Amino acid sequence: MPILSKEEAQALLKKVLSYSKADECEVSINGSDAGNIRYARNSVSTSGAISQNSLAVSSAFGKKLGIATINEFDDESLKKVVIRAEELAHLAPENPEYVSILGPQDYAAPSKQYVPETASITPKLRADAVDLSLKVAKDNKLTAAGFVQNSIAYSAFMNSKGLFAYNTSTDINFSVTLRTADSKGSGYITRDYNDVKYFDAEAFTKIAAQKATGSIGARALEPGKYTVILEPAAGIVLLENLIGGLDARQADEGRSFLSKPGGKTKLGEKMLDERVNIYSDPWNPELPTAYWNGDGRPQEKMSWIEKGVVKNLYYSRYWAQKQNVKAIPGPDAFIMDGTDTSLADLIKGTEKGILVTRLWYIRPVDPQTLLYTGLTRDGTFYIENGEIKFPVKNFRFNESPVIMLNNLEALGKPQRTVSGESGTNGLIPPMKIRDFTFSSLSDAV
Amino acid sequence: MKRRNFLYLTGMGVGATFLQGVPAFGKIIDPSAALDGVDPAFKKQLSDVALNAARSKGATYTDVRIGRYLNQFVVTREDKVENIVNTESYGLGIRVIANGCWGFAATDKMDKDSIARAAADAVAIAKENARLQSEPVQLAPQKGYGEVSWKAPIEKNAFEVPIKEKVDLLLSVNDAAMKGGASYVDSILFFVNEQKYFASTDGSYIDQDIHRIWPLFTITKIDAKTGKFETRNSLSAPRGMGYEYIIPRESDKIKGGPTTLYRDRYDMLEDAKAGAIQVGEKLTAKSVEAGKYDLVLDPSHLWLTIHESTGHPTELDRVLGYEANFAGTSFLTLDKWESKKFNYGSKLVNIVGDKTQPGSLGAVGYDDEGVACKKWDIIKDGILVNYQAIRDQAHIIGLNESQGCCYADNWANVQFQRMPNVSLQPGKTPLAPSELIKNVEKGIYILGDGSFSIDQQRYNFQFSGQLFYEIKEGKIAGMLKDVAYQSNTQEFWNSCTAICDERDYRLGGSFFDGKGQPEQVSAVSHGSATTRFNGVNVINTERKI
Repeated sequence: MPILSKEEAQALLKKVLSYSKADECEVSINGSDAGNIRYARNSVSTSGAISQNSLAVSSAFGKKLGIATINEFDDESLKKVVIRAEELAHLAPENPEYVSILGPQDYAAPSKQYVPETASITPKLRADAVDLSLKVAKDNKLTAAGFVQNSIAYSAFMNSKGLFAYNTSTDINFSVTLRTADSKGSGYITRDYNDVKYFDAEAFTKIAAQKATGSIGARALEPGKYTVILEPAAGIVLLENLIGGLDARQADEGRSFLSKPGGKTKLGEKMLDERVNIYSDPWNPELPTAYWNGDGRPQEKMSWIEKGVVKNLYYSRYWAQKQNVKAIPGPDAFIMDGTDTSLADLIKGTEKGILVTRLWYIRPVDPQTLLYTGLTRDGTFYIENGEIKFPVKNFRFNESPVIMLNNLEALGKPQRTVSGESGTNGLIPPMKIRDFTFSSLSDAV
Repeated sequence: MKRRNFLYLTGMGVGATFLQGVPAFGKIIDPSAALDGVDPAFKKQLSDVALNAARSKGATYTDVRIGRYLNQFVVTREDKVENIVNTESYGLGIRVIANGCWGFAATDKMDKDSIARAAADAVAIAKENARLQSEPVQLAPQKGYGEVSWKAPIEKNAFEVPIKEKVDLLLSVNDAAMKGGASYVDSILFFVNEQKYFASTDGSYIDQDIHRIWPLFTITKIDAKTGKFETRNSLSAPRGMGYEYIIPRESDKIKGGPTTLYRDRYDMLEDAKAGAIQVGEKLTAKSVEAGKYDLVLDPSHLWLTIHESTGHPTELDRVLGYEANFAGTSFLTLDKWESKKFNYGSKLVNIVGDKTQPGSLGAVGYDDEGVACKKWDIIKDGILVNYQAIRDQAHIIGLNESQGCCYADNWANVQFQRMPNVSLQPGKTPLAPSELIKNVEKGIYILGDGSFSIDQQRYNFQFSGQLFYEIKEGKIAGMLKDVAYQSNTQEFWNSCTAICDERDYRLGGSFFDGKGQPEQVSAVSHGSATTRFNGVNVINTERKI
């Protein structure tokens, strides 16, 4: 089945709802067409095309809920899926946390997530991009491993109280790692866009090539506390865990870094340097995201950290009702304010420090302090008197984003990036941080 | 399904709502529908459509996988059932070689036209990409098996057990934890059934039925005065078993240590009672003094260290550079294997790859490219002797046939090299954990898995756990907290000085081993007996914010 237009999706969901006998009913449909190509050892390895669609019916009688789905769309199948959801609801135990479905919402205009040029990407375009990337690798006597994936996706949601929402989006994701023949140097870059016009495999690969060549002959520095400059691809993997930890229920229940003794939280308190401002905005032209979330709530522009103060937490609809507050949904992506300072100028202004391209294998160590561990990877360099002096061996760190954002020295110009750990997108600046804790050395290149 | 999707669906991840954009991994279905298999004769017909269509478009090799992937979760917290979810994912993936290059396409539309179209797409992609290839794909020879089948040897199909029985078990677990002083408890039963059909132009038509189970809980206790909190996770293992895994059996319990441990049957209720007490002890435990300790690692902990530091670096695709952009490469380069002298660990260290071990997560009859499964040495008397390979890699390490390590987590994803069960063999001389501990002067006994992180070539790692006990002069001296150990893989395995015997051998494992782009998960078990490592660097993880 092709990607459904808003009108086609609306007609289909309306038909499904017309079969419902439940007290409350929600119907959703989503689908995608995606293609990818993967390369390694300077040659293509695997590639593919995947097409999927799914329709879900959620039927409630009182607080008893049943859910069923189907991927056939003839009338008989649609009737069957509604009946199945209703049968399941009758069999289900009462869910004390069930919250009655939303009425119609006043959504703002959709953000520009869908770009027709991205939607029309062909296998040839992907192969051509890989061809260019491989040429850069071969010209520099490096070995490339990379990945290109593009997709078109849509989702639509309708319920028996008259709510309807539709969204469609496109995406292109690229990453490449270049390694020297003797495996003594490695460089990386990743990019993710809605609009294919920003996708330049050749230019991106050249940046990774420079890092690979520049990282040959890395010297070992003693582990310890260092001033670091985290490029956006490195910073996002720590910041996403801070933003991902802003769940109100965890905080209220006393099991979060935001919890205080006696059931209180740090909401409204200054926890970070006053230059830290983090928010989400579905209509940001560089990082558009969906204008409604999975349960139909509108996604609004929302401040999470303002001048270092925890400004808002996000809630499930049940927890918001219980706490008698607005049910703010969690963000799909986040934006951190920066300055006009380029990465080059941040480096120039650094007496002694370490430039970090990428952080890897990030895992929680202590949820109470939001302590995380992980390692540097694919381009780590020593800076002295404003210049990159030499590559350094990779480090393991043990650091909390809370401590890190209290040790902020300077911010650079924000750039759209994507987490290599989760795929979450962010628009975030390079960050210069003092006293970042490197606890051991790694021999990995 | 990715680990993060699981955390989202179960609501167990902090920041779960952050993941609302992640597509669900399958359709949600009526529990009763999970019991209906698809007739192999029908799957053969569909497969032949794909094989013929690909051949007619110019494919020189084709394989087809028809998969029906069923999951069931029962999710509870305290006295509430939060979620009961049944999902199904059904579709077909076609992999071809055309012009010497791989191509792949997948569809969930199971009519003949859609299947033929997907086959044509796969061939078109292969032909388009062939210009980017440095040398044609070389497949190790593989005989066709004809029409065969394999079923996991389970005793009780978990999908046939009524939901009420599952809910009652979890609520009794939660009740025990709360009565034991917990502030919160989350518990989950997770069941998987993969109904997989494989057909190839080699002449195989293979029907397989695979089952997995994972019972788990997290108990949280908060000190109201200080606001400090601690958690204790279940000491269960995910297993390639049916519902019988969670029917307790006394003969599968190991008693006498600080907590009861479990072999092939798990007592969730008993573990929750112990966990509720231990989480309180963790709140008042002594914070560890950083330094060198001899570590005594229980199999409920050691499985993860084996997984990260032995399983991953011996994956041949990493060694060759296929994962350089994501999961990483490996320090166990081909020259180390060719030398037949690379000292990976002490002479006590014997590690095998095994896709046949009953009750393990990796056990199947045939892998996802139609190769019958087997067992082989990877580390022999401390020396690196082999890797984990699939058909298009076998020639690189001089093998005449694949080791059967090919797997895809779904019909929609292309199969590639994945880890078999990789297990440390038990010691050959009789040794019980209590006897092992008796000889340790300054050590830490670690049970359960916790935080884990390792570099992209698998040298430097850091692990934590669930329970830590200080060992002083051969005796357990009390509980510790804030413990993590850091080491280098080769140094660590060479510091192995004692391994308990087979009576103590148990399996741990992971449901969510991640690799590949797009990322795929794989389930894998790791066996070991309690093992001692001398002089390992322990750090203190306490911080103030």
